Amino acid sequence: MDSSVFFGVATIAYILAMVAYIAYLAFRGGMVGVAATTVTIIGFVSQTIGFGLRWKEFSAIGGMGLLRSVPLTNLYESLVFFVWCIILGYLIIEWIYKTRSFGAFVTPIAGITLAFISIGGVSAEIQPLVPALQSNWLLAHVTMSFIAYAAFAISFATALMYLAVNTEDRRSFPYIFWTATIGLFAGALVAMSIDFITLKIAARSSQAFIQNYLFKATFRSEYAAVTAASFASLGGFVFLAWRYGDALRKLILSFSVTPDMLEDITYRLIAIGFPIFTIGGLIFGAVWADQAWGKYWSWDPKETWSLIIWFVYAFYLHARQMRGWRGNKIAVLAVIGFAVTMFTYLGVNLLLSGLHSYGGA
Amino acid sequence: MDKTDTGKNSIIDRIWSFFASVKLAVIVFSCISLTSIVGTIIEQQAASENNIKLLAKIFGISSAHTVYGVLDYLGFTDMFNSWWFIALLFLFAMNLVICSIERLPVTWKLVRQPQKPLGAEGFGAGSPGREVVIKANAENAGNKAVEALKKIGFKGEVVKSEGLVQVLAEKGRYSRLGVYVTHLSILLILIGAVIGLKYGVGGSLKLLEGTSSSTARANNGKDFPLGFELRCDDFEVSFYPESERPKDYKSILTVIENGREVLTQEIGVNNPLTYKGVTFYQSTYGFFPNREALFKFSVMPMNSPREDVSLKFEGSFKVPGTNMSVKVADFSPALAVNSKGDLFTFAESMINPAVFVEISEGGKVKSRQWILKNYSDTWRTPAGVIEFKDLWGAQYTGLQVRKDPGVWIVYLGCLVMAIGLYIAFFMSHARIWIRVKEEKDKTRLTIAASINKNRIAFDHRLDRLAAELEKTKS
Repeated sequence: MDSSVFFGVATIAYILAMVAYIAYLAFRGGMVGVAATTVTIIGFVSQTIGFGLRWKEFSAIGGMGLLRSVPLTNLYESLVFFVWCIILGYLIIEWIYKTRSFGAFVTPIAGITLAFISIGGVSAEIQPLVPALQSNWLLAHVTMSFIAYAAFAISFATALMYLAVNTEDRRSFPYIFWTATIGLFAGALVAMSIDFITLKIAARSSQAFIQNYLFKATFRSEYAAVTAASFASLGGFVFLAWRYGDALRKLILSFSVTPDMLEDITYRLIAIGFPIFTIGGLIFGAVWADQAWGKYWSWDPKETWSLIIWFVYAFYLHARQMRGWRGNKIAVLAVIGFAVTMFTYLGVNLLLSGLHSYGGA
Repeated sequence: MDKTDTGKNSIIDRIWSFFASVKLAVIVFSCISLTSIVGTIIEQQAASENNIKLLAKIFGISSAHTVYGVLDYLGFTDMFNSWWFIALLFLFAMNLVICSIERLPVTWKLVRQPQKPLGAEGFGAGSPGREVVIKANAENAGNKAVEALKKIGFKGEVVKSEGLVQVLAEKGRYSRLGVYVTHLSILLILIGAVIGLKYGVGGSLKLLEGTSSSTARANNGKDFPLGFELRCDDFEVSFYPESERPKDYKSILTVIENGREVLTQEIGVNNPLTYKGVTFYQSTYGFFPNREALFKFSVMPMNSPREDVSLKFEGSFKVPGTNMSVKVADFSPALAVNSKGDLFTFAESMINPAVFVEISEGGKVKSRQWILKNYSDTWRTPAGVIEFKDLWGAQYTGLQVRKDPGVWIVYLGCLVMAIGLYIAFFMSHARIWIRVKEEKDKTRLTIAASINKNRIAFDHRLDRLAAELEKTKS
């Protein structure tokens, strides 16, 4: 059996888990909740086995030993690993906080992402590595960065939920901020899904995907009309989120999560993500760059933007610890932190490299 | 800094409080971030046309030149080396140092202070289940509490004062210093970077196989001496099958000092060579056809021993034991066949090196053929097996050269930062007090505790502590 079978099982398990978690919210049944968690764990274990198998396949093809063959070099693999991290994070939260309220949120994201990847043409094509990536630092640098990204992603979700349950006035800044963020985010996700389906691109390297394909079916379409319609729909998403934010608020409230819990989760995830990001992303990245290129820091856009992420989260931590910031202010910071993270991952390659000729990892 | 001085409001105090202010921190953070964003949009140290083209997209062609002129004047075209960006980093460092000095005494006092017994009010809001009554006298109960604490990883100590008995346990007091360790590490990294900027030099060096150089080209365009001579003995590049993606490339380099060969080492990507503080990184390679390059063959005639031959382009050699001679007539670094069956060269690097030879007998050309380095079935010729081993002297290795005496301080800073972050985020200062109160023939144990982070995991531990105490009841 190859890795794709296990990824398939995981996809189905996450989608079943989504159904179970929603049923759990509706009926509050003890057994339904246990079933939901069990199915999620089955999906997670299956995905872990799939990841391990893909790792082995990769090492067999590349012939570079296990340490240098971590399957995280193209978009398909990155997304699979990202889903894996998020499910792991969710299971830990469920266990620590003894709440299944987030399951109905997280499992659909995981299931749909995996499903889209397979619709988009999984093609377990494995690309060999260029020499600069053949390093033992690849494993530590890339996995730790992704774990940090996943922690930031969940903190983003909980910070948004915090803002959602905490604001009612449609004219207040926090309300506009969170609804606009959700609208933009949903719009971008839909656009990416359209890219995946229309362009069949999942197996490309993430670099090539972002530069040549991302949003090509919508915002960056060759046809001006499609581009205009896409931006108009994005505006529509923002408006819908703003108009019906209240319904979303009630939905989240019905999950019986308290603002305190949401703020606590947000903080703890950032407190875990920040040191992992600093050590794995910045320090290991610098050491690797030093060995591969002879420069530990060269202010290239990716590095510079990573430093900006670092500044935002450092500010978040200091504002909370030293200044005692709480509530909406700090939640807005957490949202900004992940927005900058997303820009570093997608925007730097899309906008900045589109203008210049930056290559590299 | 003595607090009583601040009333005088001297210049030094004002400068001090300026650097210690949170406002400065926020302004510096924002300035560094915002200018860095501009620095990632404007291409740094680039030809002016690139940026003017980019600015024309944003501001229109008419004003692009003016905007570029302003940005160039302000240093944005090389902003990470500009005086004001370095000044911002300096402000950041000063702010970091002075804020840390301001707060360190308070933390230090806390860290130096041993745990004291807790007043009665500390036990007031004892959560349910955190109180256990056991059948024992106070002394025995205290010992049992110490044992239970040991089970959850704490070292307890029985303290008696003013007729009250408490068992105290504490862990990770010094973890409160983690944040200062982290701040120190940032400073170390910045100091290392400054030393690198001041005393370091970076550049590049291209060496054709067989040639050597004692200077390298610095990034500012000037040559700088290495202090020794470096020779490229050989360069090899291999490619992934059926593709132009390089799989691996490596150079064999020899260091020559005072005319003596001191060191020979193979380097590759991610595997540099360091000699006397100068480090050479494998960065690029290229193909440079020239008449001095040598074609290397290994000849295995039918009835003679194997022999190695090397010759220049259009040169020829006699195959031992025969009266045939082989002449190098043509060469392709990357030979391929198109759909019509025609041969052509598809790349400028040695992906599929092939040599075209003419084999003559008694002065008359007998046959012609391509010999491909990577395909052994093309080595068979009428004169025996002729293996094409290499074209030596036609490839150059591109090296990054760096001398940076500050890099070790940066590495030290990175290590200290990893340690500091670990302490600051994953260790916590936990304190437990157990009040021991004798009541007739029983003793009441009440638990109070505090921790500065990771509250939930700590709560689980306290539950275990209560359970352990509960067990001693029987």
